[in-house]
Amino acid sequence: MDGLLNFATVLSLLLIALVLASVRRAHIRVEYSVSWLAGAVVLLVLSRSPRLVEFVAETVGIVDPPVALMLAAGCLFLLVFFRFSVIISKLRDDNVALAQRVAILEYYLRGKRDIAS
Amino acid sequence: MSAVLILVPAFNEEGAVGRVVEEIHAAMPGTPVVVIDDCSRDGTVATALRAGAEILPLPHHLGLGGCVQAGYKLAYERGFDYVIRVDGDGQHDPNDIPRLLDALRTSGCEMVIGSRFIEGKEYTSFSRSLGIQFFRLVLRPILGREVRDPTSGFVGVNRRALEVFSKSFPLEYPEIEALVVLQRKRFRFLEVPCRIRPRTTGRSSITPVKSFYYIVHVLLGVLVNVLRLRPKP
Ligand SMILES: Nc1nc2c(ncn2[C@@H]2O[C@H](COP(=O)(O)OP(=O)(O)O)[C@@H](O)[C@H]2O)c(=O)[nH]1
Ligand SMILES: [Mg+2]
Repeated sequence: MDGLLNFATVLSLLLIALVLASVRRAHIRVEYSVSWLAGAVVLLVLSRSPRLVEFVAETVGIVDPPVALMLAAGCLFLLVFFRFSVIISKLRDDNVALAQRVAILEYYLRGKRDIAS
Repeated sequence: MSAVLILVPAFNEEGAVGRVVEEIHAAMPGTPVVVIDDCSRDGTVATALRAGAEILPLPHHLGLGGCVQAGYKLAYERGFDYVIRVDGDGQHDPNDIPRLLDALRTSGCEMVIGSRFIEGKEYTSFSRSLGIQFFRLVLRPILGREVRDPTSGFVGVNRRALEVFSKSFPLEYPEIEALVVLQRKRFRFLEVPCRIRPRTTGRSSITPVKSFYYIVHVLLGVLVNVLRLRPKP
């Protein structure tokens, strides 16, 4: 259990560092870094409090605390992925509407140019 | 006299689109033809312009549904009463357009479908007809009636349908989902027998490999639209 907890700590610290570095270099926008950071912080807290992990494991009815930790981490990042799917879908919708609008404006513009020439 | 617009979605169809536009002009003299170019990488735009079409040029590739919807939005904005979609690959015979238009006008239906099965056997591949059979079964309980050719892209709509489609239209593989979108509005459709010609150039975008993805994608789309169905008031 200790080994796993330490591993989770290192992992979450690395994740936090990576996300912060990416935000700094503008590879990730601040608003999209929040879910990653939140997930990483929760993982960090869990990995530093074995009693909390055991408590979670007992309440959910999992005999093995390490399994509970992995499960918690998995669920956490599934939530993050889900959030991103929602965001991507919204972006895609906006992007389609925009492309169609550009096409229509281009169409009108061509018409104007043809009349002018 | 009501205003009619012909929409031709095209993606890399330089080999066919010129002839399609010419045939439409011959069948429907004086009717404007807009080729919607889904960012083709070949000479589709130049060929269509040379044949006398107007161009609605998408700035990047959207896929067939997004492409057709761009055309519907334009037609709705410009106040057209009827819009006929003719594929840019030459598989639809423009000589059938007057009959589609006639059916649209006289029936009062919101949509007419050029259907390849009403009269005898017409050209399709084996896997395509399997897919059509499957979606007939899926659609029958949803629409409460039979559709012979739910995958047909040879479709005419009136202004009521145009208004709905310019707001809500599937992004990919639009034909089947569009039927369910119409059903949501309790709109009616009619099938008109048409000849669907085999492709002479290019190839169908629905390759055998993609057909599994196609089926899953369309089924999900249909499901989503069914969930939005409201009972009759
Ligand atoms: N806009 C757009 N049109 C496409 C795409 N793929 C195919 N098409 C067009 O859609 C029409 C029908 O496509 P096709 O592959 O022949 O489908 P099928 O006739 O149902 O087998 C043709 O006019 C094609 O040019 C695409 O990715 N985007
Ligand atoms: Mg075709």
